[in-house]
Amino acid sequence: MAVKIFIAADRLDSVLEKLSTKIDLWIPALLKDDKSGPTGFVQYTPGITPAFDRQTTMPLKKLLLPQEETLLRFKYQKDPEGSLKTTIALDDPKEARPTLVFGARSCDVRALVTLDRVFANGPYVDPYYVQRRKNTLFATLVCGQTDSKCFCSSVGGGPADMEGSHLRIVRLEDGYLVEALSKDAQPLLADLAEAPDKSRDQLAAKLVKEASKRQVGDLDTKDCAPAFRNRFQQNDYWASMVSQCLSCGVCTYVCPTCYCFSITDETRNLEGERLRSWDSCMFYHYTLEASGHNPRPTKLERYRNRVGHKFSYIPERYEGLLGCCGCGRCIRSCPVNIDIRQVVGNLKENSNEQ
Amino acid sequence: MNNNPYLPELATVQEVITETGNIRTLRLTLDNKESMEKFTFRPGQVGQLSVFGTGESTFVINSPPTRRDYLQFSVMKAGEVTSRIHQLNAGDQVGLRAPLGNGFGFEEMKGHDILFVGGGIGMAPLRTLLLYMIDNRADYGDITVIYGARSPKDMCYTYEFEEWRAGGVNLVLTVDAEFPGWKERVGFVPTVLNEEAPSPNNRIAVVCGPPIMIKFVLFNLKELGYEDPQIITTLEKRMKCGIGICGRCNAGSKYVCLDGPVFSYDQIRAMGGEL
Repeated sequence: MAVKIFIAADRLDSVLEKLSTKIDLWIPALLKDDKSGPTGFVQYTPGITPAFDRQTTMPLKKLLLPQEETLLRFKYQKDPEGSLKTTIALDDPKEARPTLVFGARSCDVRALVTLDRVFANGPYVDPYYVQRRKNTLFATLVCGQTDSKCFCSSVGGGPADMEGSHLRIVRLEDGYLVEALSKDAQPLLADLAEAPDKSRDQLAAKLVKEASKRQVGDLDTKDCAPAFRNRFQQNDYWASMVSQCLSCGVCTYVCPTCYCFSITDETRNLEGERLRSWDSCMFYHYTLEASGHNPRPTKLERYRNRVGHKFSYIPERYEGLLGCCGCGRCIRSCPVNIDIRQVVGNLKENSNEQ
Repeated sequence: MNNNPYLPELATVQEVITETGNIRTLRLTLDNKESMEKFTFRPGQVGQLSVFGTGESTFVINSPPTRRDYLQFSVMKAGEVTSRIHQLNAGDQVGLRAPLGNGFGFEEMKGHDILFVGGGIGMAPLRTLLLYMIDNRADYGDITVIYGARSPKDMCYTYEFEEWRAGGVNLVLTVDAEFPGWKERVGFVPTVLNEEAPSPNNRIAVVCGPPIMIKFVLFNLKELGYEDPQIITTLEKRMKCGIGICGRCNAGSKYVCLDGPVFSYDQIRAMGGEL
């Protein structure tokens, strides 16, 4: 039996508050006290106003892959003979608390298909990611606010795509209809609000149906790998696409599927920790070797690698999977208007001309 | 290896050998006796060596799996981690995540003649396979090693050369320029390769050295009639995770840390990407 509730708009705060006593609750909200400012996912506390009316500026990847986290701790201790002995301890990855993300969009959750493949499905399994992933549920908004930068339908998703989601949220004029899509999500809806009446239920079903038919974006992402390989050596092509790039890295920072990271040691006196932090392939130092050699010395190679990683390397490596969820954040955030759709779309156009 | 691939095992430096002015060799044992006894690897596989507080770097395990008293790494001083490694002494503890990567296809090389071409520190990854072959000498045909360095003072493993020769290896040593007391060959590695001209018939060539040497060795091997699948090398990249996740060591869709570091030249051509 499907479990559905209707949350009236004026009761949203009290329902979220009640929900937050059952589970760690994260919602999209303003990151600063500025209504036109950036939004992102924050842990709910009473009084926070959700920002359900637009896609967040920042993706939700930090919940599963924090911007910085401790992998392990180490300590040097002097033994009676005066020599230093090392002890190391894992930073326990089992600490992940049950968490619900309420109000992410289809594109946000679809990005996890890519992250799961890389972090959870081998050959090596990342226990820190997996522990958080296992403990996180997603209540996903059927998206009604796409803009000209969105292209989720071009990468296998869509505004009503529920792959990876546990609950579906449909926004109505006077509130929200929430439906459990999986058994483990049903208890969350108990005692929160009434079941929807028939007319709201029917209206929600109609909105879902309409949304699932909507085609968002018309980028052709099929068989990009051979086209990319064909273009690989054409420096003029890449130069024309990225001549204005500032190598600022914001495209990777806001990207829900960009996951590349660095590992560094931080130490004070005789103890310290090994940290993992977000890194960016847009930076010169990312691939700089100790010898001074750098396989990707200019923004041309670096941007080419970003496009290749998402549309050629990941598909080749992981059975056709794309490294892009079509959210359009990199396009919206780019200070010099580089549009990845144009770069990918042109891969196949006249690719033998030079 | 434990089930957290980021957690190194503690190991203790047993011996440090100064090979050249900027290359040192470390011999390690894992502190956990059971781990050390159970430790298995393929020649050519690598390890992430950590000095806690400075960081990790990737090095090939250059002792062979047939010699299990210690695990050996040769480190050229280049950056932050390698400089710190050069300060280590016997008794110091380090971390080790190993074995990682693919290793050499030594099974398919059985029954073949082998040519090793090494330059400078590039001899390290070749050494593990060379010693493995010496320890299984009957499985392989002629083994010729052409090893070159700038001068005799820049040559690694000089103390073992007699053992290699006694193990049935045709060892050709060369330095770039005449040097007082030097009785072996003089000349660049690619030139000496042409003079030796080992037949490509039923032979595998394993090449490792500085990029400029590789470039000319490759050219000369082709001239001698070697085909791409017959030529094997090991690639280097900046690495962090060592397990194909963190993203930085890719060449095309391949990760050098996970799919490599050993590749044949036809594989390298097929993968594309920046080297």
